[in-house]
Amino acid sequence: MSIFQHPFMVHALLAGTGIALAAGLVGYFLVLRAQVFTGDALSHVAFTGALAALACGIDLRVGLFAATILIAVLFAVLGERGRADDVVIGNVFAWILGLGVFFLTLYTANQSGGGNGTATVNVLFGSIFGLSTSQAALALGIGVAVTGATLAIARPLLFASLDPAVAAARGVPVRALGFAFLALVGAATAEATQAVGALLLLGLLTAPSGTALLLTDRPYRAMALATGLATTELWAGLLLAYYAPRIPPSFAIIAVAAAAYGTALAVHRRRPGRTEGRTPSMPQHSTHERQAAAST
Amino acid sequence: MGDTGWSWNLVRDVQQLWSLPSMVNAYRAGAIVAVTAAVIGWFMVLRRQTFAGHTVAVAGFPGAAGAVLLGIGASYGYFGFCLGAAAVIAVAARPGVGGLSHESALTGVVQACALACGMLFVSLSGSFLNGVNALLFGSFLGITDRDVLTLAVVAALVLGAMAVIGRPLLFASVDPDVAAAGAVPVRTLGVVFLVLLGATTAEVSQITGSLLVFALLVMPATTAQRLTARPALSLALAVLIALSVTWIALGVAYFTPYPIGFYVTTFAFVAYVAAHALPRAAATLWIRTTRSAP
Repeated sequence: MSIFQHPFMVHALLAGTGIALAAGLVGYFLVLRAQVFTGDALSHVAFTGALAALACGIDLRVGLFAATILIAVLFAVLGERGRADDVVIGNVFAWILGLGVFFLTLYTANQSGGGNGTATVNVLFGSIFGLSTSQAALALGIGVAVTGATLAIARPLLFASLDPAVAAARGVPVRALGFAFLALVGAATAEATQAVGALLLLGLLTAPSGTALLLTDRPYRAMALATGLATTELWAGLLLAYYAPRIPPSFAIIAVAAAAYGTALAVHRRRPGRTEGRTPSMPQHSTHERQAAAST
Repeated sequence: MGDTGWSWNLVRDVQQLWSLPSMVNAYRAGAIVAVTAAVIGWFMVLRRQTFAGHTVAVAGFPGAAGAVLLGIGASYGYFGFCLGAAAVIAVAARPGVGGLSHESALTGVVQACALACGMLFVSLSGSFLNGVNALLFGSFLGITDRDVLTLAVVAALVLGAMAVIGRPLLFASVDPDVAAAGAVPVRTLGVVFLVLLGATTAEVSQITGSLLVFALLVMPATTAQRLTARPALSLALAVLIALSVTWIALGVAYFTPYPIGFYVTTFAFVAYVAAHALPRAAATLWIRTTRSAP
């Protein structure tokens, strides 16, 4: 029996593709803007949001999206230029995680008897093999929508990320872009939680984009590479989990992604004559923009 | 949880609380953990290493899960993985090699990898339903005398090491360039600090769980640093806040059905918000007290 004859596998591949596209692209900007900690915090917020929804008896996804997007915007409000300070993020998310534990207790207390542990495990570690047709279609749709929205603001966002001061001088709405970007990160986080779980989605956000940034300095090439890597790694992880049922799919995905990152890091370190850790150069046209900004 | 509930008679409640050996041990362990976490967390916040701290903290989860899988003591797992993660971050994220974005990407991958390993271990050992919550969110029940002793020894080692490197580390954290010019081994200090951070998180994780260590590390420290700019005073204040938050949370958690992690984070967050909302009041108060002093 072929893999594609199993509905759960088809659903996982469909939903996974949407999730990986969104996570790879958003993750690229997250790493570029050195905001990975924000992504980390949002993944924990996703846990609280999901458990709050479960405790209140509403759809888990409503809680996920509401919590991550709201807190993402809150982080943007708390920081200057749409980026919050690490320490502020740390305090807010540590408390939100504490709230998550509270909702967890509330939820498990309301549940009678067994089955209470599975919800936590699903939220924390994902259940990509348990998606229904409608869930998979929705996940794919949201993933594509987040990817499209990120692509739409990619150019100004790139400019604002690499050189906020010059971008602001050129009339790029740096702060508004920071808001929009964090809202997109929130949506991508909520989306990815369903596949790999709140605790592991950080790997999907950072590993492909970290690899891409090690391999190329060109922004658009790195974006394409990060998205492509995320999708391939997710597929590879799913196949691995399919053929080795003892391995949970979320672990397989993260393991493949981390292995790719580790290889890229090792190759990058060994390659001679490379200045390591350059920040990506701006695309050609922006040099003119920069000069224009300087001359005005 | 208790035989008799909350009685509004504080003295009697505390007597009841401390009549149980397990609660006395919980209070002892809580005190040790709070003091160590506050001191290390204070430097962590000062050095802006919150992300690294959080990553090292969650590494305790695979450690403990792996130890359960192998059938050895969870302490070994906690210490092995937390110290290991700290070493990986310290060695791989060398300053000057790789920019800020590369460093944060690496930290993120280390964290995801650690959590994924934890998930694998838990799923292999088949104790998914019971094991995960305790490992992630902690438990203050069933702390033995031996546990307290281990905690105290590790805390003494960590705090002793901090006493030795405290002054140069402060210098290196506040102004790394000038410190390096003044022949302070900035890089070595950074590595030593991360290893100490690993040991601390390994210790604290055993009480608060892997996900909530971070609260004790970051919240009292930021609150204290918000209230005063003087290093010694804010360090002492951080210890005081961490200690009171932990002890009050232990007491409240005993009398209510909700977990300790929720109370620790909530009380610490209230303190943090208060420190933000009342900075002026605190400043005026501070000026008044210093002026009135001879």
